[in-house]
Amino acid sequence: MISPEMNQGCGAADHFSRRTLLKAAGMAGLTWLTPLGQLLALDAEKKKGSPAQSVIVLWLQGGPSQLETFDPHPNSPIAYGTKAIKTSLKDAQLAAGLEQTADILLNMSLVRSVVSKEGDHERATFNMKTGYRPNPTILYPSIGAIISHELPNQKIEIPTHISILPGQWPARGGYFGAAYDAFKTGDPAQPLPDLSLRVSDKRQEQRMKSVSVVDQAFMQGRQPDFDAKKTLHQQSMQNAIGMMTSDQVKAFDVSQVPLAERLAYGDTSFGRGCLAAVRLVERGVRCVEVTLNGWDTHTNNHESQGALVKTLDPALAALIADLKRRDLLDRTIVLCGGEFGRTPKLNPLEGRDHWPHGFTVAMTGGGIQTGRVIGATDPKGEKKEPENPVHVEDLHATILHALGINHEKEIITPIGRPIALSDGKVIRELLA
Amino acid sequence: MNEVPPALPVRNDRRGIWPTVVFVGLCLLVAGSVLIPLWTSKPAPAPKNFNSAQQQSPEFTAVVGQLDASIEKEWREAKVKPAPQAPALMVARRLSLGLTGTLPSLEEIRALEEQPQEQVIQWWLTRLFEDRRYSDYLAERFARAYVGVENGPFLVYRRHRMVDWLSTEIQKNRPYDELSRELINANGIWTTQPEVNFITVTVDQNDKDKGPDEVKLAGRVSRAFLGVRLDCVQCHDDFMGGSWEQKNFHELAAFFAPAEMSLTGVRDNKKKQYEFRYHGKMDDELVTPRVPFKPELLPKEGALRERLAKWVTHPENKAFARTTVNRIWALMFNRPLVEPIDDIPLEGTYPPGMEILANDLVAHHYDLQRLIRLIAATRIFQLDSTNRDNEHHVTDGQEKLYASFPVTRLRPEQVAGSVIQASSLRTIDAEAHILWQVTRFFQQGDFVKRYGDIGEDEFNQRSGTVPQRLLMMNGKLVKERSDENIVMNASSRIASLAPDDVSAVETAYLCALTRRPTEQERNYFVELLNGIKGKARFKVMEDLYWSLLNATEFSWNH
Repeated sequence: MISPEMNQGCGAADHFSRRTLLKAAGMAGLTWLTPLGQLLALDAEKKKGSPAQSVIVLWLQGGPSQLETFDPHPNSPIAYGTKAIKTSLKDAQLAAGLEQTADILLNMSLVRSVVSKEGDHERATFNMKTGYRPNPTILYPSIGAIISHELPNQKIEIPTHISILPGQWPARGGYFGAAYDAFKTGDPAQPLPDLSLRVSDKRQEQRMKSVSVVDQAFMQGRQPDFDAKKTLHQQSMQNAIGMMTSDQVKAFDVSQVPLAERLAYGDTSFGRGCLAAVRLVERGVRCVEVTLNGWDTHTNNHESQGALVKTLDPALAALIADLKRRDLLDRTIVLCGGEFGRTPKLNPLEGRDHWPHGFTVAMTGGGIQTGRVIGATDPKGEKKEPENPVHVEDLHATILHALGINHEKEIITPIGRPIALSDGKVIRELLA
Repeated sequence: MNEVPPALPVRNDRRGIWPTVVFVGLCLLVAGSVLIPLWTSKPAPAPKNFNSAQQQSPEFTAVVGQLDASIEKEWREAKVKPAPQAPALMVARRLSLGLTGTLPSLEEIRALEEQPQEQVIQWWLTRLFEDRRYSDYLAERFARAYVGVENGPFLVYRRHRMVDWLSTEIQKNRPYDELSRELINANGIWTTQPEVNFITVTVDQNDKDKGPDEVKLAGRVSRAFLGVRLDCVQCHDDFMGGSWEQKNFHELAAFFAPAEMSLTGVRDNKKKQYEFRYHGKMDDELVTPRVPFKPELLPKEGALRERLAKWVTHPENKAFARTTVNRIWALMFNRPLVEPIDDIPLEGTYPPGMEILANDLVAHHYDLQRLIRLIAATRIFQLDSTNRDNEHHVTDGQEKLYASFPVTRLRPEQVAGSVIQASSLRTIDAEAHILWQVTRFFQQGDFVKRYGDIGEDEFNQRSGTVPQRLLMMNGKLVKERSDENIVMNASSRIASLAPDDVSAVETAYLCALTRRPTEQERNYFVELLNGIKGKARFKVMEDLYWSLLNATEFSWNH
């Protein structure tokens, strides 16, 4: 299915601008860059029935409380008054406030027993995003970087790894290099920065020609593949121009979406980020991370978590529904969670502290089984080990598997050491 | 009829003239200070303390000769031919970027070109050492190794105070061993004793009663001062083929156990000891402070941190000297001599130059300026990064053995600093007009954030990215510093004041790329400017500037 706005194409003026600039940047002759070519290719990719092709990570920075979100224990001493609601998934309750998510929970699975060894925000974030614990000798790539590297998409002119509303530690390219870092952007209500030319096409064409004259002098006596192997300067410039002149970049602009559809996500920057994420994976982007910050509730836990849940609930529910409606859910894995959970007991300031010993990640799409609840935490909060514990690296192995990527594949890293894409185990229960 | 002149209006008119006169006068004054140097070919002032004889003494020349010989021997053995010598201006550009984070200005280039060839590099270094930009920049780069880039615990940590203090000490050319000892053994309040921030940065924001963190401090000391990644064995013995044991790390951490927070800031409490539960053990155990190697160099007397500081900087503890050489080398080449920068073997063979420089550093009481002068004087620092011959282009092997100058990506602040300096004909330093200094401060911060600061990963070799190109092509900084603005921007001044098209193109190249255009480049741009007058000429010059700032050459050290 092709969404209506994708058929808009670009106007004659855009065509002229695009042709002229791409020619100036040395990219003319790439037939797939035509709007028709893009549409046909994306449609073909959808119909293949191949494994998942993209991932959307709803990143709850700070450590959401499992008890006030996906794993409530109502009426137990550790609830401290948090109520639970029934959901479309039999025997699974969610915390009050997640009513819209409760309605579509049947389309998702919950892993309620994620465990890690990292209780510090930065380290735990790194661990969750890369599947590896921080190691001073090597920088591991985030899952989005791995997917972009392993599933290159020649048909896309915008970055294939994107972080919307990036927090303090956005996803990085790790040993794959800066080219695989997430492209960072803010609230989709604002236009993307630096995408508009400052001068007329004619002047820009002249500028590009002048750059090539200066570059030609610099390249004298250097290897012919100096740019491709070393600087990626000209290539990045070409990609930047491809992005500036691409129709695909409209995916960032959620103002094109009818108001009612937009408001379904909630009138928040996070909601708009989720809507942009759907539009981006529709264009073939491999991984979009959308951050909702503020879950580090060491004081006044219930009130703060409740406020964030109000933002999360419509956005998450609308995202799943929208992906389904656009026929994208089968090829898009959605993961929602943070770097760790929060302590079963309230501290004297009525806050909950860091708890990596059993927290929840919600998942769906792209060959992930729906309607499953894996693992369970102790309703009394006394046991540190949850039932059926799932390690962070196992989530990574499972996602890569669902994407058709051999998670055990070893990459020779810049320090000469072969490292597997993930050293976790595939969670068979989570696969459809 | 006699007409009565309207008295009041006349008086009013007279009063009305004065504000205009004052205003015009002020405008002229401002214009005088800002606009007079619109077009300058005047060279920058000479350094105050340049001593040609001292910089070319037989002793200094002999050490440089040893360095060159050791590297040339390796080239011969590997049958690698070195690149030709780089032009002096290119070497000056490398020094400015590495030591001040920006480009030489046009007036500095004019001054450089007046120097005799044999002393130009040492003359330039003397000028840089007298410039506060040098010590400020080095202090920031060192601080990244000492305390990282994060803001740290709010109440007990003032990063900028530590960086200011470091800069002042570096400006005085304080021996590096003394400076390092002060950091490791710092006591007192973080505001009045800026060096103590090295300790307080490790305090847990959520648990200030716990005091400075021994584990973090041991990690910093081992990496920043010893070039050893001892923190890799924090959780278990080395299973990657190394010989370090978990206890080596924690015994080093135990030196920091007495450090505690008090009303008088950081102080030592002898009663505090370090306990740790080793891998596979059931209980915590008391850890005795021990150094991980060369225990015979550890003083017997004194407080624990004082003893550790003396051990780290002991003249026979070569790890400290090698680490210092590696860091300075990395700042100058944008690539460490031993990679990664903080993982230098304690023994074995080292790349040519390492031992000579480390021994010289110890022999000359950890004089950083001498170390920089020695490296700059070597043949390899002055080699070109290309063979300038398309038939025999530079090979990876050549670059790996420093038989050509390594081409490396500039850091974000170097790119920002270069854009800002390139757009001015005068030097933007501590002496520059306040208008330029303030502009630089605000424009640079925003640009660096968006270009992508790589934090502590200082010398990871990376390629360019799409967001960087978008920022340079369409971003605010390049636009503001290249468009029509006769007060602030070199492009406009050149457009309106250059005597002819050839000198306009040449001046733009000197400002942005620290070189003159090739004949082909000159002809190309002169043709674009030919016959263009008025407003249109500003636009052509703006486009020329844009193209120079967006060329590969501008964003790379070479």
